[in-house]
Amino acid sequence: MKQYDLIIIGGGSAGLAAAIEARKNGVESILLLERDAELGGILLQCIHNGFGLKVFKEELTGPEYAERFIEELRGMNIEYKLNSMVTTLKPDKTIQYANANEGFVIVKGKAVILTMGCYERSAGAINIPGNRPSGVLTAGTAQKYLNIDGYLVGKRVFILGSGDIGLIMARRMSLEGAKVLGVAEILPYSSGLQRNIVQCLDDYNIPLYLNHTVTEIIGESKLSKVVISKVDGFTKIKGTEKEFEVDTLLLSVGLIPENGLSESCGIELDPRTKGPIVDESYQTSVEGIFACGNVLHVHDLVDYVTSEAKKAGYKAAEYVRKKLVNGESFRTIAGEGISYVIPQMINKDNLVDNVELFMRVRKVYRDANIIIKGDNKVIKIIKKKHLAPAEMEIVKLKVDDFKNISKNLSIEVEV
Amino acid sequence: MKKELICIACPIGCHLEIYPDEDYRVEGNQCKRGLYYGKKELTNPTRIITSTVAIEGGIYRRIPVVTKGEVPKDLIFDAMKIINKVRVISPIKRGDVIVKNILDTGVDVVASRSM
Repeated sequence: MKQYDLIIIGGGSAGLAAAIEARKNGVESILLLERDAELGGILLQCIHNGFGLKVFKEELTGPEYAERFIEELRGMNIEYKLNSMVTTLKPDKTIQYANANEGFVIVKGKAVILTMGCYERSAGAINIPGNRPSGVLTAGTAQKYLNIDGYLVGKRVFILGSGDIGLIMARRMSLEGAKVLGVAEILPYSSGLQRNIVQCLDDYNIPLYLNHTVTEIIGESKLSKVVISKVDGFTKIKGTEKEFEVDTLLLSVGLIPENGLSESCGIELDPRTKGPIVDESYQTSVEGIFACGNVLHVHDLVDYVTSEAKKAGYKAAEYVRKKLVNGESFRTIAGEGISYVIPQMINKDNLVDNVELFMRVRKVYRDANIIIKGDNKVIKIIKKKHLAPAEMEIVKLKVDDFKNISKNLSIEVEV
Repeated sequence: MKKELICIACPIGCHLEIYPDEDYRVEGNQCKRGLYYGKKELTNPTRIITSTVAIEGGIYRRIPVVTKGEVPKDLIFDAMKIINKVRVISPIKRGDVIVKNILDTGVDVVASRSM
């Protein structure tokens, strides 16, 4: 059984950055496992621009962003395997993967970083009433068909959910000659970025129906119509139905971290993020197994994935060198108005530089404060003009801020 | 007279207030790009175009492309007609020019990955 210092599962934006950073910090023996035919992950099908403003201070497309990291990784001679599916992960950090050349292989790492990304919530998960014809698919699937394989999945399209992939696909399919009739969002606000509402919907005169959802799918073998209705909360309001003749319904109704492997390994998951519970070093509940990127929590910018993955890569290198301590830790608490906080645990002994807390708010706020409390005493107040669930908030704390905390760190929104 | 826009220069999405009568003075921006965007969006709106072109001999049938600069918004669909007629042959390197000076805008369409 071949042994490595570090094994990384997933060669997308998180896996690439984590591998590079671990090597920069002295880890020589690294294996990166990727199930697809290429490194780069979902960035390869995100051909639109808007990536890299924070990391590279310039605006790149997804493939450009990915290729910069792939080139850097190759330049470092980091070992990677493509078309290689990990089938088993054990708490002792043995990993079984399979590919067509080697068959089943078992390897063992001193440390493991999980960077498997996320998957799209599908039609089966949201229970839309009506028929089950063809022509209903997730926005990301349609994106792959169009941008990688070159097939336009339909000519008359309706989109359910205002997630960013759905908005990006509204523009992309319009550019390729499809008619996008509208986007329905069940919530009173968009779950995508504001800029995407402007440049993907407004630019192409595509209406956004807030407080609306698809209430019926009509079609025999192929989709022919969708019916949308206004909602009060999550209840349909009768008499508000609108019909659209379409051949395609795209779903952009959320992303879920892909944690099958983590669960089977016994790694503790956070029910709110659906990702592993991690500490300040991105270490999961199983010692020596780290997690970062969309497998940990769904990010809205790849730039944040990169910076998180760099930290995880650095901390995994520290673990390999036995410099990481598993001492006393305390919890972070998502208080009033906050849906989750990452990391969920803080181990004071490992704090050397600033700590970045990632969080999402539960609803849209104007002129609110984010209040950070240590052991129920206020340690920091951050004024915010605008807070929205679609936009991840980052709070930076200094090591000194943790000095007098022993029980918990809580974060809440105050209007 | 005041115009309100959401800045699309970056994902922050600042809410801009623009005063066309005062030489397009911009308020609400958090950075310089907002000043530029606010005026430009009301005088000469432009966009980056991203799409794909057909490729032979690559690992996939399409290779992604991007305009190496912004083109006027009202030329987007004309530009797409040109982009959709292009066929290239592998190998292509990231940054290779796929369509030079599209529609005389002075902007090239380049490959956004190697294949």
